[in-house]
Amino acid sequence: MQRIGDAPRTRRLLVGLAIVLSVLFLLLPLVAIFAQALAEGMAVFWNNLSDDYTLAAIGLTLLVAALTIPVNLVFGVFLAWLVTRFSFPGRRLLQTFIDIPFAVSPVVAGLIYLLLYGSNGWIGSWLDEYDIQLMFAWPGIVLVTIFVTCPFVARELIPLMQAQGAREEEAAVTLGASGFTIFRRVTLPNIKWALLYGVILTNARAVGEFGAVSVVSGSIRGETNTLPLHVELLYQDYNTVGAFTAAALLALIALFTLAAKAGLEWRATRREQFR
Amino acid sequence: MSIRLTNIAKTFGRSMALEPLDLDIADGELVGLLGPSGSGKTTLLRIIAGLEQADRTPGRAIHFGERDVTNVHVRDRRIGFVFQHYALFRHMSVFDNVAFGLTALPRRSRPSTGEIRARVNRLLEMVRLEEFAKRYPAQLSGGQQQRVSLARALALKPDVLLLDEPFGALDAKVRQDLRRWLRHLHDELGFTSVFVTHDQEEALELSDRVVVMSNGRIEQIDDPDTLYRQPANRFVFEFLGDVNRLEGSVRDGELTCGDARLSVELPDGPQELLMRPHELKLLEQPSAHARLPVTVTAASPVGAEVRVELVADWLPEPWLATLRHADFERLGIKRGQRLFVEPRRWHRFGEAATRGEQTAIVS
Repeated sequence: MQRIGDAPRTRRLLVGLAIVLSVLFLLLPLVAIFAQALAEGMAVFWNNLSDDYTLAAIGLTLLVAALTIPVNLVFGVFLAWLVTRFSFPGRRLLQTFIDIPFAVSPVVAGLIYLLLYGSNGWIGSWLDEYDIQLMFAWPGIVLVTIFVTCPFVARELIPLMQAQGAREEEAAVTLGASGFTIFRRVTLPNIKWALLYGVILTNARAVGEFGAVSVVSGSIRGETNTLPLHVELLYQDYNTVGAFTAAALLALIALFTLAAKAGLEWRATRREQFR
Repeated sequence: MSIRLTNIAKTFGRSMALEPLDLDIADGELVGLLGPSGSGKTTLLRIIAGLEQADRTPGRAIHFGERDVTNVHVRDRRIGFVFQHYALFRHMSVFDNVAFGLTALPRRSRPSTGEIRARVNRLLEMVRLEEFAKRYPAQLSGGQQQRVSLARALALKPDVLLLDEPFGALDAKVRQDLRRWLRHLHDELGFTSVFVTHDQEEALELSDRVVVMSNGRIEQIDDPDTLYRQPANRFVFEFLGDVNRLEGSVRDGELTCGDARLSVELPDGPQELLMRPHELKLLEQPSAHARLPVTVTAASPVGAEVRVELVADWLPEPWLATLRHADFERLGIKRGQRLFVEPRRWHRFGEAATRGEQTAIVS
């Protein structure tokens, strides 16, 4: 008896198809980005990179990521802890709420924030009286990025913490450990890989977010222009090489993130085999 | 240290897990909480530990000796707790697991590193796991993990040791060893222990006193011997061992059921008599006051005795008799053989009777 896909011809066909499609849709575009960025030589590439506006965009993007990650790290751990270690009315509802940023299109998220926090918005008009401007400024970009990326850490932790249960924490508390000691010495070591994984995903999204950010940023060059927005601006300026240089930079960050993720996954499977 | 529970109750949502109960456990006693699943035994243990809060019934109190711990947090109750599935810290070595309680002490009361090392090594020696100090929990067998969990619970020298189904997940042989070892440890160190089990054999073998529970109530508290010989009610009787049931109606001092009959001194009317397997005698001929014809369907030697399964058309469910090997061989019991049962004694639990009634039949 033959299993499905056992015939050598079928197998060769499927493997071949997968390779062709991967090259066509994944690898080729990636190569094209770098090819375009370097089309006019290294000198132009460096020139584009060291452009003031590009540098400002890089700086802003890194700032947004640097602020988003710790906020969502704390928020995600707190939320996962709450949902998996306590039972209270509305727990399931809260778990559904976490997924809202996944379900909603980022553009919609940006618009909602604009409505709420814009100078004519409900909260924004009140803030305006105190001369605080969130929209069309970097705080707005940080806010929407936090919104868009907030499920990543919690989503990674909740299934893991549910599977692990609270027994080890209970054991620790019967041994007289304080809440902080339990978190630091029992909970954290058990979730650290999932936590790191969540952070990597958060970082990837925070750096690459376009839709929500483009709504609230106003794209002021050198001020509220993040790297993904910068790519679009340069492209609209017909500066193709410049656009691709910025894009190459983003792609590089993505590749680095992927490598880190693969490394973590490899470590995780190795640890499981060891167990 | 003694444990005294007063008016402790627990409800989960709308269901009552524990009806209000009192329980006194003497200093140095080893008490087993025995009951089927859902009887509330684990809930009771977790309330003693402080992992679960009792309902706010008026007058509820938990005392450890003279100390009122009703509102004391788990971490300050100074108990040792052994979890059903060990709950070892999976990312810590055996040594670090056992040392956890000591290293988690606030700095001013924490012993020095050297002292901690010495104490942990002593504990590991006690549980016979010295060579395993550097291993991780996943690299140990179930019995070893349970010993680590015991050493960890004992590291802070608790006055009270609480164990939740400590041997439930282990195989029979390891279980037997660990039971004996725990009994020995308990007698040597003199702490007060409470353990939960659903295994009546374990409860009877290990405990000074057994608390039998069902449906959130305490059915009986007694030492194992009294418990077995004088069960307070039908539930306790049935839970503590195999039971053979004889239902019939009594007339003029004779109980009849189909073509079976038995002389009893009971008033006329329907009656139900219960018998333990070892209380059944097998004969080749009916005796003067018992004629209970049965057919052997299976016989299997288990340890010191032979278990014989009996059927008859007057029995709704088969009976089980345990015989000594000598009797088994004398009767030459084979499958399909027809024999007569003579009960040595029987038990009866009336609707109103609190203590069971027992009658020994002298032949």
